[in-house]
Amino acid sequence: MLRSGDTLELRGPIGGYFVWDIPVGGPLLLVGGGSGIVPLMAMLRHRNAALASDIEARHRLPARLLYSSRRWDEVIYREELSRLAEKDPTLEVMHTLTREQPQGWTGFTRRIDRAMLEMVAWPPSELPRIFICGPTPLVESVATTLVELGHNPSLVKTERFGPTGGSV
Amino acid sequence: MNFASGESHESGSGRERPADARRVDGNAAGGLFSEIFVPDLTTARAKCAGCGAEGMIGSLPVYAHGMGTVVRCPKCDRVVLRVARTPQHVWLDATGATCIVISRGT
Repeated sequence: MLRSGDTLELRGPIGGYFVWDIPVGGPLLLVGGGSGIVPLMAMLRHRNAALASDIEARHRLPARLLYSSRRWDEVIYREELSRLAEKDPTLEVMHTLTREQPQGWTGFTRRIDRAMLEMVAWPPSELPRIFICGPTPLVESVATTLVELGHNPSLVKTERFGPTGGSV
Repeated sequence: MNFASGESHESGSGRERPADARRVDGNAAGGLFSEIFVPDLTTARAKCAGCGAEGMIGSLPVYAHGMGTVVRCPKCDRVVLRVARTPQHVWLDATGATCIVISRGT
């Protein structure tokens, strides 16, 4: 059990499977739950930095993030995501808040389901590169649904981090 | 999820264990494998000795227990790789994999 003040030894980075960079191409569909946003955020930061001044490249490689959290104040990287989306019309950030929503909320209010994915995902014919990260039940449900919707399984990459303390 | 087999995914066919929220995947075992293998094993491909399905190790279901870590085939649920650590040794049982193919490129 970790306690404040403990010394940690870190090793890495390790693992090239769940990685996206510009040469992999797009469009790019990212689906995250809770702290599953972390590797997805790295991808969006890379995309932003690499395509900073190239508007045409951004249009050729659009990105969408569907991010599930329980409440607005639990959304990780909330401000940064908002800033990125605001200045980049080729990046769409969509939140779903599954337990509680702030007043005036117009976004999704339920767990990610087939109808939501149909709305958010590009059609399979666009061959989006898809990355899903979060609690195992969310990842498996989303991945299964996207494949059922016709997406090529080889373009769907997943990172499961096990159970979560609550549901997203 | 990109375990190419003809059947596309783990949780739909009802042929293996019910959905287990504690299940992770090959990504989580990357650190453990880096103690045994020099190249990154998450991008290596494994072929299941049980059913012949193959795919990237990063995509395979992984169960980590106190006794060790088990990588299973998402199609037939057999154990593909098993790693156990004792104070003196690391045990690797790869009998569930017909072969492991590691790219030299990246």
